[in-house]
Amino acid sequence: MIRRRKEDERVHVAAELVGNTLVIRLQGELDMHTVEEFKHEAERYLMDKRVKNLVLVLSKTSLIDSSGVGAILGRYRTIKERGGTMIAVGLRPVVKRILKLSGVLNVVETAESERRALARL
Amino acid sequence: MQAVPQDKSRAGRIPENEVQLLFTSKPENVGFARTAVALVASQRDLTVDQLDEIKVAVSEAVSNAVIHGYRDTSGMIQVDVKLYEDELEVVVTDKGTGIEDIEWAMQPTNTTDKSRMGLGLSVIKEFMDDLTITSRPGAGTRVYMAKKLAPASRP
Ligand SMILES: Nc1ncnc2c1ncn2[C@@H]1O[C@H](COP(=O)(O)OP(=O)(O)OP(=O)(O)O)[C@@H](O)[C@H]1O
Ligand SMILES: [Mg+2]
Repeated sequence: MIRRRKEDERVHVAAELVGNTLVIRLQGELDMHTVEEFKHEAERYLMDKRVKNLVLVLSKTSLIDSSGVGAILGRYRTIKERGGTMIAVGLRPVVKRILKLSGVLNVVETAESERRALARL
Repeated sequence: MQAVPQDKSRAGRIPENEVQLLFTSKPENVGFARTAVALVASQRDLTVDQLDEIKVAVSEAVSNAVIHGYRDTSGMIQVDVKLYEDELEVVVTDKGTGIEDIEWAMQPTNTTDKSRMGLGLSVIKEFMDDLTITSRPGAGTRVYMAKKLAPASRP
């Protein structure tokens, strides 16, 4: 029998610690359902108090709605409390527009690549 | 005159395609709804950005029905999609709590849930060409939205 991935698994979150910077690579669509997985993974890594900065790689994120924006801002608050910087990488046009409209891009920086983001920190 | 919802719904005009979805107010179904609407829309030659905009708008309206319409309860959400020559119409209907003050709800950052941002309806306004909400407290909410499309190119 062939086992399939759960049909509703629309998001994949991979996290990695690079020095005191947490890199989260988000693949798929971020909405009120899938945001739970994102929050869970992010919080798991943010428990480590050494984490100061966050690089959010969105080059494979095809959609973010207002629930997703809320979750991103929630993580930003944690980073801000620690005096760190948050950088979002690889925004496709509509993702960029919603992050702009919501004011996220007033507080979160953007970079063209993960490498450039890490170089800035 | 009548108190029937007035939006730009095209009475008399026949859509090229019409799809109705009816589903339980579960968070998992938000993705299902926007994907289904995008599938109908993609029968036309749209840009990736246009499809993304439609998906986000549907996501907002359906999420609102789940989160605010049915809150801690559960109910059915209906999505009516009509594809016209020059327009895509999407109507999201719930039989939930309803909205007390629609004008207020439409203003950016206004929300009845302090853990949220009051962003969804502004996003729909930004990404679609038309948004009309009708609602009655205790009875439910109907969100009509439409996006202009370039007429299908004929060979
Ligand atoms: N289907 C609905 N049923 C009942 N109330 C609704 C519905 N849709 C919207 N509302 C009301 O309108 C308000 C504004 O909605 P909007 O989507 O703009 O923001 P939000 O859902 O509160 O926050 P966000 O979309 O940022 O998560 C909601 O807080 C809610 O009070
Ligand atoms: Mg909303």
